Amino acid sequence: MNRQIARLMYVALALVGVLVVMTTYWQTWAAAGLADRQDNAIKRVAEFSVDRGLVFSWQPRKRLARNVERAVGGKTLFFRRYPQGILAAHVVGYSTVGRSRTGLERSLNDYLTASNANLSTLVDKALDELRGKPVEGNNVVTNIDLDAQEVALEELGTRCGAVVALDPRTGKVRVMASSPGFDPNLVEEGFDRISQVTADCTPGAPLLNRASAGLFVPGSTFKVITAAAALESRKFTPESTFVDPGYCTVYGKRVNNFDTSRPFGTIDLSSALAYSVNSVFCNVGLKLGAKQILDTAKRFEFYERPPLETPADERLPSGLYQRGSLYYPRLDSDVDAGRMAFGQERMLVTPLQMAMVAGAIGVGGKLVEPQVVDRIVAPGGRVIRVERPVLIRRAVSADTANAVAAMMRIGVERGTGTAAQIPGYSIGGKTGTGETGVPGSNTTWFIAFASRDEESPAELAIAVVLQNQSGTGGSTAAPIARAVMQAILSRTENP
Amino acid sequence: MTARNRELLGLVVASLIAGVALASVTISREAQVSAAAVAWGAMFLGLYLVAHVVARRAVPYADGALLPLTAVLTAFGIAINYRLDPEDGGRQALWVAIGVAVLAATLIWLRHDYRVLESYRYLFGVAAVGLLLLPSVPGLGERVNGVRLWVHVGPLQFQPGELAKICLIVFLAGYLREKREVVAQGRLKDLGPLLAIWGAAMLVIMQTNDLGSALLNFGIFLAMLYVATGRALYVGAGLALFVGGAGLLYTALQHVQDRVTIWLHPWTDERVYCAVNGQLELRQDCASYQLVKSLYSIANGGFGGTGLGEGTFASTDGTPLIPYLRTDFVYSAIAQELGLIGAAALLLVFMLFVVRGMRVALRAQDGFSKLLAAGLTFGFALQTFIIVGGVLRVVPLTGITLPFVSYGGTSIVANFLLVAGLLLVSNRANEPGASFR
Repeated sequence: MNRQIARLMYVALALVGVLVVMTTYWQTWAAAGLADRQDNAIKRVAEFSVDRGLVFSWQPRKRLARNVERAVGGKTLFFRRYPQGILAAHVVGYSTVGRSRTGLERSLNDYLTASNANLSTLVDKALDELRGKPVEGNNVVTNIDLDAQEVALEELGTRCGAVVALDPRTGKVRVMASSPGFDPNLVEEGFDRISQVTADCTPGAPLLNRASAGLFVPGSTFKVITAAAALESRKFTPESTFVDPGYCTVYGKRVNNFDTSRPFGTIDLSSALAYSVNSVFCNVGLKLGAKQILDTAKRFEFYERPPLETPADERLPSGLYQRGSLYYPRLDSDVDAGRMAFGQERMLVTPLQMAMVAGAIGVGGKLVEPQVVDRIVAPGGRVIRVERPVLIRRAVSADTANAVAAMMRIGVERGTGTAAQIPGYSIGGKTGTGETGVPGSNTTWFIAFASRDEESPAELAIAVVLQNQSGTGGSTAAPIARAVMQAILSRTENP
Repeated sequence: MTARNRELLGLVVASLIAGVALASVTISREAQVSAAAVAWGAMFLGLYLVAHVVARRAVPYADGALLPLTAVLTAFGIAINYRLDPEDGGRQALWVAIGVAVLAATLIWLRHDYRVLESYRYLFGVAAVGLLLLPSVPGLGERVNGVRLWVHVGPLQFQPGELAKICLIVFLAGYLREKREVVAQGRLKDLGPLLAIWGAAMLVIMQTNDLGSALLNFGIFLAMLYVATGRALYVGAGLALFVGGAGLLYTALQHVQDRVTIWLHPWTDERVYCAVNGQLELRQDCASYQLVKSLYSIANGGFGGTGLGEGTFASTDGTPLIPYLRTDFVYSAIAQELGLIGAAALLLVFMLFVVRGMRVALRAQDGFSKLLAAGLTFGFALQTFIIVGGVLRVVPLTGITLPFVSYGGTSIVANFLLVAGLLLVSNRANEPGASFR
């Protein structure tokens, strides 16, 4: 029987050996994946023993997220408080016991809990642990201009919409506001009060960051891309002239201008953008074809999630959508290029994306990565990571960008965007009124850039979107853009 | 050095481990070193010294490693239970004391010749089946988590399955020693008991929903059958029957289907029907909640663990995050607090125990003793595999205890009986001049 017993011993040892292997698997290979899962309550709760890193605004330098200590069962735990409440709620997000994290609290969790793989962080953490002190997380300094952020939220008021403002030279995001907002301090206890928000849209969805995860019909703001595509194709110049009958015929159907009572007659491309003439862009679109316009849009990062430090699922790609998912046509004939050229036809965009478009046009065609984080600093003050400007690509040639920028400047000077004029600055902008099919519930837009004068590159780009409006982008969104831009520009004048 | 002196040395080391483990729990809890840990280590040593002294008298030639390995496992068990709930730790220590007493009594009772048990083999066989079916007797059994494992008699409650395992092994050792030749010839008539036991195992699953205990007992049966006959074909045929039967049960019993679904797909991306609240939920928030949380617990331990007393098992308001932590999921508590190093060390202790137990079987002189030792040892290993494998998602999760570590009196006492059996067999095998008797 001894041979059998010996074999049985090997079987028994192999069974326990499998357990060693699988324990190793779960604790090493699989551990990181499990730690990232949103339903991992163990990890989430365990991290409340970390003196979580603080989050700061850029200017004025205030704490957007801080900790309160509480002793629970003999342990010191650190719970989050958000002193600025609703102001930066969507960007910073929340970190609570009961719910999964969002915003920078989620995407920068490793830094905030000092579990990022950085040698000095590891050493600090090990020392804290050996001394029995709570582990201290790294602090995050954002690029958010808190005053301008407040202006944006005040201007939005009870209207549903979003504002994104960034420095197109560096990509630093100064404003990222979404309305209706929420008070992150209420997420843990008092969640009911968050959903009882008063807003001019249903569902109000206060937790949704409309600035980067809200998809809207771009309306005429998309003409900026069509115009850029037209110039890049060399089939058109700013001086190309068109005869505007007040409408355009696509597949035998008439597509009207916003105001059909006053046809513009003979008009050049420049003025067509400044006065937002649909029929002209409709014809440009038909001439170029959908795919050529979309390819230019892709150069501006359409069809990709725009890069930003917030979690990926809080950023959505812009582009054509079909049945809820991103759609790129196989053939030109799959898409109505005439209607797409002025921002209808299943085209959906995020405010973040449109701010990037305005910015790239304003700085001569270079598209830089938007960044909401400025730097990450260790508890002792040592800087762990500084965000430097990253060029995504040259979206269009400098000539094209400057030509489109000039058209947009005319638009603010004497076109549809006059409400956005700021004395002492040269503003270029484009209005948009996206028709949703329901009267009185248009999506209105204003995208713009601001520079010192017509020669210098833009130092600020902005996108404003409003839902459920009866007015136009020029009358509803442009004033908000002006107010927010003024708040940011006044700071750079007297820092 | 004699076996008993090695045992004494091992017990001193085990007591040091017990003291250090308790000290680290109290340091973490009260942020100070207390003398209680020293006192506890001394008490622990005193307890095992009783077993040691009895062993010196009753089984002087028995294997010297088994008792220290047992002591280390119980030290792990008491420390983790004390850490999770000090009162439970105390109760667990009391059960270990009772287990030691049962061990001592068994050693004294059977010190002359444990092989008298062989003549009561059918009594043990009947007792095994009876104990297995006891929880499904109306008025006695209690259904916990959909599985009938517990029996209540007045204020007492116990898990008869643990004792049934020991009875079954004694029965099989006796029965197969007697019938091994005829069984090996493989006539249908002699295969009757095999089929009868297979039927009984299936009956137990249906009656109690207890897949784990059925798997354990059937595995022990196949292993002992193989040792007795040397015919791998029986093992293959037995496994095929078990898989076939389990397959039939899978289609017939919702409970078994649920266990397998949870095992294969613990996480879902879409909401599925949740039987607990009748709504649509992600499976990780509903049916596979326990398994998934336990995996998170293990993963949170990482390489070095959080340290005893520093793990996270409850939410900040004290709500437990892992149900059945002290019994079914005790391994995930250990793996979080002691990390890969500690969990691997624990498994290594189990492996050493298996090696020593099988060595006892190899050195035993007669068929009954060989079968008894091999069966006890394999049962010990298989039980460890089924519960820890369930927690680690190697096999579907079924609720049985981790020997000597899980909280629970019946399990502790039954496993001390198992150690007593191995000590008795090895004493007889190692006795001077044993080979001439």
